[in-house]
Amino acid sequence: MGLLKSSIGRKFAMALSAFFLMFFLLQHFAINITSIFPDNGATFNKLSHFMGTNGLVQYVMQPILIFGVVFHFVMGFILELKNKSARKVSYAKNNGAANSTWMSRNMIWSGLAILAFVVLHFIDFWFPEINTKFIQGDWSGLHDGEFRYFHELQHKFLSPIRVGAYIIAFVFLAMHLLHGFNSAFQSVGANNKYTKGLKTFSKIYAIGIPVGFIIIALFHHFNH
Amino acid sequence: MNLTLSIWRQKGANDKGKMVDYKVTDISEHMSFLEMMDVLNEQLINQGEEPVAFDHDCREGICGMCSMYINGEAHGPDRGVTTCQLHMRMFKDGDTITIEPFRAAAFPVIKDLVVDRSSFERIQQAGGYISVNTSGNTQDANAILIPKEDADKAMDAATCIGCGACVATCKNSSAMLFVGAKVSQYALLPQGQVEATDRVLNMVKQMDEEGFGNCTNTGACEIECPKGISLENIARMNTEFMKASLKG
Repeated sequence: MGLLKSSIGRKFAMALSAFFLMFFLLQHFAINITSIFPDNGATFNKLSHFMGTNGLVQYVMQPILIFGVVFHFVMGFILELKNKSARKVSYAKNNGAANSTWMSRNMIWSGLAILAFVVLHFIDFWFPEINTKFIQGDWSGLHDGEFRYFHELQHKFLSPIRVGAYIIAFVFLAMHLLHGFNSAFQSVGANNKYTKGLKTFSKIYAIGIPVGFIIIALFHHFNH
Repeated sequence: MNLTLSIWRQKGANDKGKMVDYKVTDISEHMSFLEMMDVLNEQLINQGEEPVAFDHDCREGICGMCSMYINGEAHGPDRGVTTCQLHMRMFKDGDTITIEPFRAAAFPVIKDLVVDRSSFERIQQAGGYISVNTSGNTQDANAILIPKEDADKAMDAATCIGCGACVATCKNSSAMLFVGAKVSQYALLPQGQVEATDRVLNMVKQMDEEGFGNCTNTGACEIECPKGISLENIARMNTEFMKASLKG
């Protein structure tokens, strides 16, 4: 814990939680993309049922994930507050665009937009799942004799307002990742001959994953 | 050219301070920015007004004293220069130029555009040095072989003049480019290894105690640094710090 008292230690921890969340995001995307496979949701249902009922996923990985999400947000706020207090008088004129990207200067705002999305996403999917499994005690994953996951997913994306909110959130996610991906590597000390290639890969990831999620949302909105 | 200067005026450390507008006329585009400030001050003295206090010493881009935030950028709109190397040709006739002191809680304003950067010196004192045995058995530094790439990178890091543009530019007032450069210049050389662990731990501890912000890797410091100090130095400091922390 002593490390978290230092500026570099906090940044290092922030970067490690970011790596973890980016890996989770990739895994989430890999499962969600199966929902647009031309098998009427069969693969998606199987994977969803496995993730939703597997003991290791539910009782070990899920709490770790929640801790990772909470840690990333709380540490982000702590760093933001500390950074604000490091300049008590603002500049009358500051040309930030001359030397840095909008994304890099506004991680707190894109982060807050993502936090709002996470709340919406939990209300849409996570809380109903927790209710079904842990309160009602129904771990079958069935509804009227069929797996319910694909049907529930399609039903959620009927609303154009929800689809619109998800698309806006994914745009903020892309902006957050466009800076955050490289930034995490810099924070753990990786700035070397691989950095240029890494920047290209980070752009592909930062744009590709959110665009993929947008495609999934739109696909289910227009195909049900 | 004729210009309007909007300048931060503050009588002393405890004064509130405010932006005040001044007109200057017949400014040559060949003048340096500080020469233009000299013209303004001469004008103010002739009018019986208090001249604008600003830091300057060598006026050739080495001392790192001329700390001005010009039109929203540390050392003004040019790249790879200090304020004294900034020329008036970067501006147009009729422009309004905003001139402010470097802003950071760790760089308190003393008067007008002059700030107290002794926090940088305290960070240096915390570990920015090597101890050399001068008992008569000192090994000649040239006898120690150093890979060319390491020597070049150490030299690049050592070109940091401690002007504080990185802190002034950073949206978080982080001093990590400065400290990264000072840590790197020794971390890359064999002479710096003996005190490497204590150096990075003590310098980072001092940096945090001075009230500088955290680096969020915007890269603005690297762009505005008059000596082109690379972000690679911050990454190296991060690695050195984590290694030193684990070592104790």
